[in-house]
Amino acid sequence: MSSPTNIGNVTPSRAHFSEALALKSGGVLPAYDLVYETYGSLNAAKTNAILVCHALSGSHHVAGTYGDDPKSRGWWDNLVGPGKPLDTDKFFVIGVNNLGGCYGSTGPMSINPATGKPWGSQFPFVTVEDWVDSQARLADLLGIDSFAAVLGGSLGGMQALAWTLRHPERVRHGMVIAAAPKLSAENIAFNEVARQAILTDPEFFGGDYYEHGVVPVRGLRLARMIGHITYLSDDAMNDKFGRRLRHGEHRYHFDVEFEIESYLRYQGDKFATFFDANTYLLTTKALDYFDPALAYDGNLNAALAAARARFFIASFSTDWRFSPARSRELMFSLLHNGRHVTYAELDSSAGHDSFLLDDAHYHAALRAYFANIEV
Amino acid sequence: MVPLTSEVRFDFDVITRWITRGERVLDLGCGDGALLSHLINAREVLGYGIEHDTERMVACIGRGLNVLQIDLEQGLAGFEDGQFDHVIMSLSLQAVHNTEGILDEMLRVGHEAVVSFPNFGYWRHRVSINEGHMPVSDSLPYQWYNTPNVRFFTMADFEQLCEQRGIRILERVAFDEDREITIDPNNYASVAIYRLGRA
Repeated sequence: MSSPTNIGNVTPSRAHFSEALALKSGGVLPAYDLVYETYGSLNAAKTNAILVCHALSGSHHVAGTYGDDPKSRGWWDNLVGPGKPLDTDKFFVIGVNNLGGCYGSTGPMSINPATGKPWGSQFPFVTVEDWVDSQARLADLLGIDSFAAVLGGSLGGMQALAWTLRHPERVRHGMVIAAAPKLSAENIAFNEVARQAILTDPEFFGGDYYEHGVVPVRGLRLARMIGHITYLSDDAMNDKFGRRLRHGEHRYHFDVEFEIESYLRYQGDKFATFFDANTYLLTTKALDYFDPALAYDGNLNAALAAARARFFIASFSTDWRFSPARSRELMFSLLHNGRHVTYAELDSSAGHDSFLLDDAHYHAALRAYFANIEV
Repeated sequence: MVPLTSEVRFDFDVITRWITRGERVLDLGCGDGALLSHLINAREVLGYGIEHDTERMVACIGRGLNVLQIDLEQGLAGFEDGQFDHVIMSLSLQAVHNTEGILDEMLRVGHEAVVSFPNFGYWRHRVSINEGHMPVSDSLPYQWYNTPNVRFFTMADFEQLCEQRGIRILERVAFDEDREITIDPNNYASVAIYRLGRA
């Protein structure tokens, strides 16, 4: 095995789909674009493709850099590359920006051909299943009949699961990391607070802020701050910030006193400069609506009966947003259905964010699993 | 507790004899997955291993096995009644605190259970105690201060527990190293293997 190296510079591609996509919400997208990146080479038999699905704030830019800028490194670059656990010498890896996104695929910022204006509030609700269907069309375009694996963390894991149910013959391995078969009430509650922050921002303008030349920065910033709290663990926050003071003493004002405040403000500010508020709203709704068991009277065993893939499930001990108990629920349901399943419940102090980090045990488990996937 | 690279063949051969082709098998404390691999090759079982230790779990993944990282001290909650034909625990029973609970759970989740364990009644261990020291041997390779074992029992003790818990002993094979022991195994066998059912 060669020692791991980085992918280097990458360039996104764009695919246009002129056939309308009927959405689960009843809406229709008359045509759409998907922006995607690929790493490694598709083999002649087209059997070595792996789809990486992104989470709430992710994108098609999974690995590599743009124009040699180290700050532009992809969000799962520690996993994907030559000699890395998801080895691009073996696999052809694809990252896609989801529909409704703000990184180039058709979304609320795109021009609605019917009006000549940005979609804004008129962009239809998209679901995890809609994303899967749109990704399947991209697979058709690339000549990929079946994926060696579809994987993702968090909302990306939900897409991987949905793939194994909607297109069971097209996924050989479903890799569902730090995810859940549906959100809990508490989880939906956090999403709702984030949405309310955006919806009540005076510069939201019902979702049509583009034409007013403004962005609901305050709402977006708050939404991101709330999100960040839930992605970390109490331990991680105490380790990283504790009660550390910015000025070494209490100054009795509303500017930054504690370092954690500074961190949240920084993350919120940064996010609000590049992420689209409508995308944030739609994506959190997609999270809330995801529930494959709903059509089976809440019976997850029945819902998963369609799956044919082998599964890799992973969770992290301090992840309270997508707790290990939720992953175990999924594991037991897959066992009920006689599926091949591997389940890793990894010790980690980093909370939900753990799935993006390169903990040695986590990556060793992934490396071993990928090594056994036949192409 | 099975060492990381275990190839305890005599144990495997007996267990393999008791498994029929194509069964569903759950191996508790499956270590690096050597037994499960053996059963898949010899019996084409649909096999799952439970292993709490991450390095051993990774070794199982490396063998292409289905491995579930679960702490056995929490029992087998979540598994369904009669979900497996056999639930196996090879050389791990002595490392679990909740002995009664896990035996009950094995026979809830499996139609039959298979357990093997080092026999603390083995004559060499008795000699060692007589000489004033806790036994250290091939079947008990640890010092008293670093052993992962938490329950110390003989074949006679185990059979008494089975009797009390309504567990039927369907078959029993005992060994001294790789030699089968049929006479007075509680004294002459270092390892015992049982096939268990509900009485």
